[in-house]
Amino acid sequence: MKPMHVLAIAVLALGLAACQKPTQTKPDATTAGAGADAGAAATSSGLEGDAAAGAGAAGAALTPQQQALADLRQKSVVYFDYDSSEIRQEFVPVVAAHASYLVKYPTARVRLEGHTDERGSREYNIGLGERRAQTVRRALQLQGVADAQVVTVSYGEERPAVEGSDDAAYARNRRVELVYAP
Amino acid sequence: MQSIRAALRPRAALLLAAGALLLVAGPSQAQLRLDITQGVRDAVPIAVVPFGGQAEGAATDVAAVIANDLRMSGRFAPLERRDLASRPTSGAEIRYEDWRLLRSDFIVVGRVEPDGSGLAVSFELHNVRTGASLLAQRLPSSERGLRATAHRIAELVFERLTGIPGAFSTRIAYVAVDGRPPAQRYRLVVADADGYNPRTILESREPIMSPAWSPDGQNLAYVSFEGKTSAIYVQRLASGERRRVSARSGINGAPAWSPDGRRLALTLSRDGNLDLYTLELATQTLTRVTNDDAIDTEPEWSKDGRSLYFTSDRAGNAQVYRVALDAGRTAERVTFTNAYNARPRLSPDGKELAIVTLDRGGYRIGVMELATRNLRVLTDARQDESPSFAPNGAMVIYATRDKGRGSLAIVSADGSFQQRLSSDQGDVRDPAWQPFPPRG
Repeated sequence: MKPMHVLAIAVLALGLAACQKPTQTKPDATTAGAGADAGAAATSSGLEGDAAAGAGAAGAALTPQQQALADLRQKSVVYFDYDSSEIRQEFVPVVAAHASYLVKYPTARVRLEGHTDERGSREYNIGLGERRAQTVRRALQLQGVADAQVVTVSYGEERPAVEGSDDAAYARNRRVELVYAP
Repeated sequence: MQSIRAALRPRAALLLAAGALLLVAGPSQAQLRLDITQGVRDAVPIAVVPFGGQAEGAATDVAAVIANDLRMSGRFAPLERRDLASRPTSGAEIRYEDWRLLRSDFIVVGRVEPDGSGLAVSFELHNVRTGASLLAQRLPSSERGLRATAHRIAELVFERLTGIPGAFSTRIAYVAVDGRPPAQRYRLVVADADGYNPRTILESREPIMSPAWSPDGQNLAYVSFEGKTSAIYVQRLASGERRRVSARSGINGAPAWSPDGRRLALTLSRDGNLDLYTLELATQTLTRVTNDDAIDTEPEWSKDGRSLYFTSDRAGNAQVYRVALDAGRTAERVTFTNAYNARPRLSPDGKELAIVTLDRGGYRIGVMELATRNLRVLTDARQDESPSFAPNGAMVIYATRDKGRGSLAIVSADGSFQQRLSSDQGDVRDPAWQPFPPRG
């Protein structure tokens, strides 16, 4: 395949993964749409993971790992002080719980998503969000988690948890989310 | 949409059809509205008379577009239409004594005429006090191109009277965000500088940020998280065709074009820490520029292309630095006033930097003269960011918050004149002003 075609298919998969409602599909894209559903499902499943695990928890037929993961998801956000990337004392046990899970299940993978509040410059905030994600990553590694189990991404101020321009909203937006694939 | 697709070359058409939901080139719903929020007392009065050959309520009112451009420059105060003394459409019909009574310093008259299969627009600019004709031209146009012709006339009038090239024909790029967290929708939009003709060129459920114009004004580089992690793309505006130019592990951010358009400066975090690199676009050759434990980001090229301005917190808080691309590469600090200075953008003459500065408790837009380090704070809100100079250096567009929503605003480079470009729905942010097209 020519590189351009590979890129086109990548764009196809991403494009449909980014699709919110099927009704947005333009008529001349229907042929592309048929082949892309698998790709869309594969890409979006990471997001659906939380809901799926929640439903599973109610069903009771969980493996020990699934049960452990369901418990972890109750506490999967670490919050930070203004302009700080230090893990506050109250979140040390949270990070430790994730570390023991990852050590116990070496095939488990976690994605650390770093975020900031909306103040200051956007790309600089990408740097601050990354620094927070890296702090959590180092804490996990110090507790024995393998490097390959952790990926980081920083969204800076681009993906707030809540709207608002007051201290309460800022505090909820300065965070690292620990996200597991299903 | 159909006609745009049809006009594409096969390869571009393949790309565009494949990413149908991501890459779109249709009109977007919300057009920005321009409101003057701080006027200027000494704006020059000028009369722009409705052009002949145009019916009342014509789709594109040429005189109204010209008057609006001149008003939004902050330097002119066009007369209200109801106050016009008469409706001359050529210099010979102007009765100067009427316009002197109205205290108008200058007058623009003209008419739209059929010309072959298209249209032509003639206009004249006169000095009301002396009666001198300052400008008279006839420009070819068309029904669809009438608005562009009106912007061009406004540029010619503006330049004749101020000596500064007008930037009314240029465009702006910005990011529009709809929906509430966590389910937000991001669009990259290109519109005329007055907010008209907004076109969505990219749409995604994942963040889009940091659009940057190529020096020829034909391409946009930007950051998109569509692959669940950041990557830098370059998209050609005319065709919609795009290339992913950096998708390295970690952060790919803050693209900035070199003055010759051959390289991008960018931010990567290959080892978990942000540093600056340059990327030769044709060869994909990557060169590291900084290597520091601090956050180094938001690069901006110097005018000669031999050094980068950038934001770094290597001294503990965000400040602007400059690093040469050759030799020893020791960064020197550029900003000293205020505890937070970030996101430098160079003025078109290369003499000033627009920055975000923490001024008396608010993040505001400042312009710093490089030779003297003298900082002028231009705005007075709490969360102003992402400054970008107009290509004539007369204005700075930036992002602000207005009634809890992100909006765009424009301030004159001396801070005397402010206007807001607001959207009726969602947030708008991250503006970038298109450079002038290359001469010739």
